[in-house]
Amino acid sequence: MAKKFLSGNEAFAYGVRLARPQVISAYPITPQTIVVEKLSEFVEDGSLNAEFIHVESEHSALSCAMGASSVGARAFTATSSQGLLYMAECLPYASGGRFPVVMMNANRSTALPWNIYGDQRDSLSQLDSGWIQAYAENAQEALDLALMSFYIAEQKNVSTPFMANLDGFVLTHTYEVVDVPTQEQADAFLPKYETNHKMDLKHPRNLAFSAGPDTNTYFKYKEHLGILHAKEAIGEAEERFETIFGRRYSGLTERYQTEDADYIIITLGSISGLVREVVDALRNEGRRVGLLRLRYLRPFPNEEIADAVKNAKAVAVLEKDVSFGNEGTVYTNVNSALQKADIHIPCSNYIGGLGGRNISADEIKTIFDELTLQRSTIQFLGIGGEENGS
Amino acid sequence: MAVNAKTLNESEFFYGHKACAGCGGSLAVRIALKVLGENAVAVLPAGCMSAVGFNYPQLCFGNNAIISTFAGTASMLTGVEAGLRAQGITDFHAVGFAGDGGTADIGLQALSGAIDRNDDILYICYDNEAYMNTGIQKSSLTPFGARTTTTPAGKNIHGNLRPKKNMFEIVAAHGIPYAATASVGYLNDFMRKVEKAKSIKGTKYIHILAPCPTGWGIQTDETVDVAKEVVDCGLWYLAEYENGAFTLNHHPKQFSDAAAYLKRQSRFKHLTDEDIDVIIRSRNEKWDFIHKNFQIG
Amino acid sequence: MKPYLRDHVPTSFADVPDVISYEAGYLVTKNAGWRNVRPVIDAQKCVGCLNCYLYCPDGVIRRSKTKVAVDYDFCKGCGICQRICKTGAIKMEAEK
Repeated sequence: MAKKFLSGNEAFAYGVRLARPQVISAYPITPQTIVVEKLSEFVEDGSLNAEFIHVESEHSALSCAMGASSVGARAFTATSSQGLLYMAECLPYASGGRFPVVMMNANRSTALPWNIYGDQRDSLSQLDSGWIQAYAENAQEALDLALMSFYIAEQKNVSTPFMANLDGFVLTHTYEVVDVPTQEQADAFLPKYETNHKMDLKHPRNLAFSAGPDTNTYFKYKEHLGILHAKEAIGEAEERFETIFGRRYSGLTERYQTEDADYIIITLGSISGLVREVVDALRNEGRRVGLLRLRYLRPFPNEEIADAVKNAKAVAVLEKDVSFGNEGTVYTNVNSALQKADIHIPCSNYIGGLGGRNISADEIKTIFDELTLQRSTIQFLGIGGEENGS
Repeated sequence: MAVNAKTLNESEFFYGHKACAGCGGSLAVRIALKVLGENAVAVLPAGCMSAVGFNYPQLCFGNNAIISTFAGTASMLTGVEAGLRAQGITDFHAVGFAGDGGTADIGLQALSGAIDRNDDILYICYDNEAYMNTGIQKSSLTPFGARTTTTPAGKNIHGNLRPKKNMFEIVAAHGIPYAATASVGYLNDFMRKVEKAKSIKGTKYIHILAPCPTGWGIQTDETVDVAKEVVDCGLWYLAEYENGAFTLNHHPKQFSDAAAYLKRQSRFKHLTDEDIDVIIRSRNEKWDFIHKNFQIG
Repeated sequence: MKPYLRDHVPTSFADVPDVISYEAGYLVTKNAGWRNVRPVIDAQKCVGCLNCYLYCPDGVIRRSKTKVAVDYDFCKGCGICQRICKTGAIKMEAEK
């Protein structure tokens, strides 16, 4: 291992290099650019032996990655925001085709109005596309996720593409000290990609075909099983990762001071760091508060959420997203988890950080204060007002 | 030895498909695959050939084949080629088969990108001059005057108002290593071109005119005849672009009657004498250009 | 490497593959039912030029040493072979 001072994008690029992808196809978009710039430097200096394809659009980036995956090559791409939406047609294509492509998405607001800063509306709009969705909190996790994503996606019973999300700028462009594993360690962790489903000159196959009403549900159900199997694969990958690298991750969620907490904020991505600080501060005042960080949104941690909040008095979902005309998408999903587990506690939704708007420690503290009121509201941070709630 | 009916690969790679009887596109795909052989890895976008050849569990390609997104023929081909090469595999031909809409409309950007990168792929456009799979809608390769379901012929408008987009020269303008036009009416010429493309590194593009009995309004047995006649009457031409130069491969001494070619197809039945004059004038202008700019092979 | 008819039609939940990938050239239905007329070859008149073999969109005309034969399981009866035959060796006959 070597310690390096890296941004989230750079850390992810180091992780990708360690995974030895054979084909990388990407199109530049802020704030993703640094990850693909770094990877092209690795290809140029010979430290990464991959075909780097300069595609002319994001649609082609993922289409090309699927082509590479269809012949059994390990493929990587990266995008953000408008780019993710531009390739949207290819997302269910990749998951339906069970191509274990890995993609980094730098979370960024979507137009209109134009805005290059971070929120999570881009990836959350694609939550139903059939991809595994992970959200990193810091640069170290970004690097580790890059390496683990291939392992998880490529498990035979998973065979599902993997979207690793990094908050735009806040994580992609912030520098931290990161442990970079050695190639030997990475090789010990990540085996070569093997599949019997590829187009093979010796055993020709027909791929990505049509399936009519009689068999279509069977294929879609098997796709559903594949992404559900990712849950076990994530656990297995993290155990294996700990054995080799000594760092332990906690599966689909990460609990912080939830054990005896009355009030819990559920959130995802880089804002978790600040919530953790507020939890520490409030704990010092003797308040029983906690944080539940969602590391994965697909497969969705239904049981983990229910288990973490089952003794709480109220919870709030803090997210950088809104499904217009309804509420935050993460909130919808969390409510479903609580409902299924027969947990009936107030559950509020705080929508913040849109277009890169700062979420302050005071605002997080206020959320914890409002949770003590034991009611469910839906609010936009900075606008607030009960009229926004229900 | 030149590839011909006697020397052609015995195997059939596109078989049992559900294309309409007399389909020109399926003939182009069948012949190209026989020339390319069993190591062809084919990419076909959503369109006629994928719709008729890939209905699980009826899978009609004997070689490796995959459906791409409609816009993604060329980009998926790039990935297939790069993916195989990255694994040290070299004895294959990455070939795409896309229709006119999949090539000249929605797939043009990806095709341009692939040519720009000079990816080692062969892209074959089977041009049946409209979106046939969805029910005969106009594409940018629908010729002037043709009636389609979105360019109806009535009192006010006589079918499609715009001429056919010049894909062959658009592709050539990229400085592509090899491009050619062809017709399913002249298969020996087409086979020679596929054979040549096989041996050239970099991006190759072949644009083959492939009549659609359903969309053109001809009998199922007329496909080949009509595909021959369109060349004989000068409304299509057989040419190549290589090393920066255009070559005409087939030079009709005298054009056959273009009006007869048009009138035998119900998509052109409504054309007036004036409309036909417009078509013939534009044909003559094209041939003046060819005589000025093409080597005559 | 020619696609061919199989006995098993893999459409149950257990049969369906996990991935959208299957053995190439797997046929479970014929096209014979599409046909109103069938090409019949007069071996006496056939000169073995192979134009019918070459121009068949369905590839159903097999090439033997000098003559040709039709795979009636997959012939759609389009008639291109009859039209292209220079010696008139192919006649389209009504299906009974």
